[in-house]
Amino acid sequence: MKRLSEERTKILFEKLAKYIGQNVKLLIDRPDGLYCFREQKDRVYYVSEKILKLANTIQPEFLISVGTCFGKFTKSNKFRLHVTALSYLAPYAQGKIWLKAPAEQQFLYGNHVAKSGLGRISENAEKYQGVVVYSMSDLPLGFGVAARSTAECKHADPMSSVCFHQADIGEYIRSEEDLL
Amino acid sequence: MDVVSKVLMNSALEAQNYKSITVNKHIDLEYDLGTLLAVDTNDFDEKLLRSNTNDYLLDLARDNVQLLLNRIWELPTERVDEAIVVKLPPPKTVLPRCKPVPKPRPLTKWQQFAKEKGIEKKKKDKLSWDEQLKKWVPLYGFKRAQAQKDKDWLIEVPGNADPMEDQFAKKAQAKGEKVAKNELQRLRNIAKAKNVKVPRFGLTNPDVSSAKDLQAAVTVAKASTASLGKFQDKLPQEKEARGVAAITPGASRKRKLPPVSGTQERSENLNIVESVLNKKPKIDIEKAVARQINQEQVERSEEKKNERPKAGRGGKKRSNPKPKSGKGQRKGKTGKTNGRKRR
Repeated sequence: MKRLSEERTKILFEKLAKYIGQNVKLLIDRPDGLYCFREQKDRVYYVSEKILKLANTIQPEFLISVGTCFGKFTKSNKFRLHVTALSYLAPYAQGKIWLKAPAEQQFLYGNHVAKSGLGRISENAEKYQGVVVYSMSDLPLGFGVAARSTAECKHADPMSSVCFHQADIGEYIRSEEDLL
Repeated sequence: MDVVSKVLMNSALEAQNYKSITVNKHIDLEYDLGTLLAVDTNDFDEKLLRSNTNDYLLDLARDNVQLLLNRIWELPTERVDEAIVVKLPPPKTVLPRCKPVPKPRPLTKWQQFAKEKGIEKKKKDKLSWDEQLKKWVPLYGFKRAQAQKDKDWLIEVPGNADPMEDQFAKKAQAKGEKVAKNELQRLRNIAKAKNVKVPRFGLTNPDVSSAKDLQAAVTVAKASTASLGKFQDKLPQEKEARGVAAITPGASRKRKLPPVSGTQERSENLNIVESVLNKKPKIDIEKAVARQINQEQVERSEEKKNERPKAGRGGKKRSNPKPKSGKGQRKGKTGKTNGRKRR
């Protein structure tokens, strides 16, 4: 477990800011104790200081996961969020999309969201902004990138994509092995 | 008759001086005539060996050599210049070699690549018929250069090329570069085979380097000061090249950040967040347009909401009453106005 370098920290926060904007600060500056980002095998984990101290007693090669895995750095040094980060993105999300019931399954199988499946969209969602996808009963299903801004959505063709799929909770089953 | 018997007598007497050419053995010997080898597997006569070792062994050796020579005489013989010659069969015994087996020559980079990809060398004919010259032209070597020269007595200027450019010089230069490249590759292969370190390829010539190579060069160069680049300023957008730790002075492959206290790390992180969030927003035209459209739509819908009359019958007047026939003015053509429109 090592600290993220300054460059990588910056890349991570830039990515998070696309989804939760100013709320990134809330992830770092928490009233309930110190939380930090740690890196192992290019994966980034969000851990409380207490658990980190305990984890440091384990040899790195035997440590599979600690805290919450936020995602990983690719070989080209870009950051990719994993579904596991959803529980931290969802409460702070700025752009949101709600799916109609029939479109839920489509999304959970890893498909993009078509206009026809769009139930509701938060106001002022910009194009290519990170959005969290909810079911109509406000259950977070995953996240993606808005393919169109809110205004454009209104006039979009029903079959055209509104949101590009990035991660969904179906991955817990579909790609169980790759998640960690 | 007397003479004959005399000769026979003499030869018999002479033969008595020699030992017999027939030797009896309990077990036949094993022969490998190719290496002139005979292996006797019979037991020694212990008594004789103890009492008279040398003579016994000499006798034994003679007998065995006799047997071997008997076998050799059985082979077909030839006469070459007064000498009788035997052709030995190929040897059966495998002899160990005196020197270690030479190592296979290390493959060149191309050979290795070809092996991986399964590319096989196609045999080309040494000579090929040249339609233009009407003669057989070798693939390389003697008379090839002259043939090429004969062929290129005229070069067409390509359509997009500068007409004043010397195409012959250009061709010669291209050829020279090819030769130089080949030489470089040959030397590189030798260096690889002998495990010699050569400077990294790619940092050498800035004209053909990629951006990545140049970035690596900058990173290495910056670290190459007496203080390992500690006091070198960073440019605003500069990124450090990755994967150059092996050739960067003072860089260890796995460098850990020094441990700091949790609170300090938090404040550092907060600073980074600030810098990320406070980036000057660029004027995003698309975004601005989208926002404008959105605003207009909102306004319009508001207007509609306000304008829409409440449902219910009553004396409310329509703002735009339904048009009725025969009323109002006609625009357009004057003249024939009456009569229904015929289609």
